[in-house]
Amino acid sequence: MTNVLELQNVRKAFGFEVVLNNLSLQVPEHTATVLIGASGSGKSTLLRCINLLETIDDGQIFLDGQEITDPSIKVDDVRRKLGMVFQSFNLFPHRTVLENITLAPVKVQDKSEDEAHEIATKLLSRFDLADKADQYPDRLSGGQQQRVAIIRSLAVNPRLLLLDEITSALDPVLVNEVLSIVRDLKQDGMTMVLATHEMGFATQVADEVCFLESGNILERGSAEQVLKNPTDPKTQEFLKRVHQAGRL
Amino acid sequence: MSERNHSAWSPSSRELQRRALRRKLSRKQGLIAAVSSILVLGTLTAILITSPGWEVVKATFFDIQYGKEVFPTVLKGLWINLQLTFFGAIAIGIIAMGLALMRTTKSPALTPFRFLATAYVDIFRGAPLILIILLVGFGVPALRLQGVSSNVIVLGTIAVVLTYSAYVAEVIRSGILSIHPSQRAAARSLGLTSGQTMRFVVLPQALRRVVPPLLNDFVSLLKDTGLVSILGVTDAVRAAQINASRTFNYTPYVVAAILFLLITIPMTRYTDRAIRHRTQAQNSEGAI
Repeated sequence: MTNVLELQNVRKAFGFEVVLNNLSLQVPEHTATVLIGASGSGKSTLLRCINLLETIDDGQIFLDGQEITDPSIKVDDVRRKLGMVFQSFNLFPHRTVLENITLAPVKVQDKSEDEAHEIATKLLSRFDLADKADQYPDRLSGGQQQRVAIIRSLAVNPRLLLLDEITSALDPVLVNEVLSIVRDLKQDGMTMVLATHEMGFATQVADEVCFLESGNILERGSAEQVLKNPTDPKTQEFLKRVHQAGRL
Repeated sequence: MSERNHSAWSPSSRELQRRALRRKLSRKQGLIAAVSSILVLGTLTAILITSPGWEVVKATFFDIQYGKEVFPTVLKGLWINLQLTFFGAIAIGIIAMGLALMRTTKSPALTPFRFLATAYVDIFRGAPLILIILLVGFGVPALRLQGVSSNVIVLGTIAVVLTYSAYVAEVIRSGILSIHPSQRAAARSLGLTSGQTMRFVVLPQALRRVVPPLLNDFVSLLKDTGLVSILGVTDAVRAAQINASRTFNYTPYVVAAILFLLITIPMTRYTDRAIRHRTQAQNSEGAI
């Protein structure tokens, strides 16, 4: 299996605060890598670095073997290959659901309006949102908004999908409708890196689970290994706290 | 379905009591408002009418007959103000947008423009409009440049446009800065360039947000076009002035003021309504 994404010794600091410390990671094609860890452990920063929304301070990131942390590379070209979904949805409030989805295919991929329209409609009906196409985002429930955000990132046919705690802003009832999309995508063979606090879900989709602690991957392995039989005391402590919060 | 539910419902006796009480309270409040208004307005009118100079003021400021006589000339002057406002607003919109974009750009190639735009805004926002009008109106013709108009209407308009572009640029810029960075992050992560992000994601939201303050500036613009009269443009103010200085009767000023108010008051009301709607919409938008 080829690696879609590879991180080598990545370091990122905000001022004196080191957020990612000498972190390495490989994400093979068609696999899902799940990042777990406490808030502030660097999960979001890691995803934002991959998407080049943040500049790393050291190390290298490769996408399909090409170094994307080379300063001479065109950032927009890299982002075209990546899909990103945010915790707070970040839909464009002034555009309808359909217009949210067609924006990137039309402006970035130079598809015709009709073509983009067709892609969007197909995705919307696949995920039971066809009737919401002409609504504005603030008319939708949180779960629906996040599903639209996922579809928006899928519309450009990304090589890799980055999901940043996409259910953290949702109430428990809505979480599942969002997660079931991700399960679907996983079955389709989409390569993904996701940060989540939903351990049950992590068990279902993860090919590899990475436990992040103060900027590094402290423990990694299959979901069974890391989530059920953690060896590192810090992982054990974290999972115990998650368990107490009723999220396992 | 909601209609059926509605017809099945009849208010409880407690609700009827509450309504009766509310009506009673609002009648009382209405009465208080009426009494207080009559007292205040009555006192002010009394002071005005019983003042020793009232008869003279009435004759020199509120001469209805003379007002009717000068009305057409002042109205013709007002037409100049309206034209100036219309063409000025278009130019201001274009220049202000350019300035706002220059000031918010992070592109290194545009650094000198960002600096110049900042300097421009500082200067023209900080200097009194009347001084800019005088400087442009008398300074530019003195340069005797080839092909530069010495028409006072054109020069007056340029001066107003220069100043208002700075005001409006700041309003637009504040709108751009008010858009949450997460919107930009979402757009950029889709692969949109920074220019596309500005054009399709940030600006549409920013402009919608600043419509009320822009309407406010538009009202001010209309009023401030009266200042070009100092260059000798025969606008409403100047027309009134000419008549007033001829007869030493100041009614033309009052006529001009009333004409301005007839246009600006509805606009201000409309602006207030737009602001109210905007606030409500933003509140329902929540975190966005």
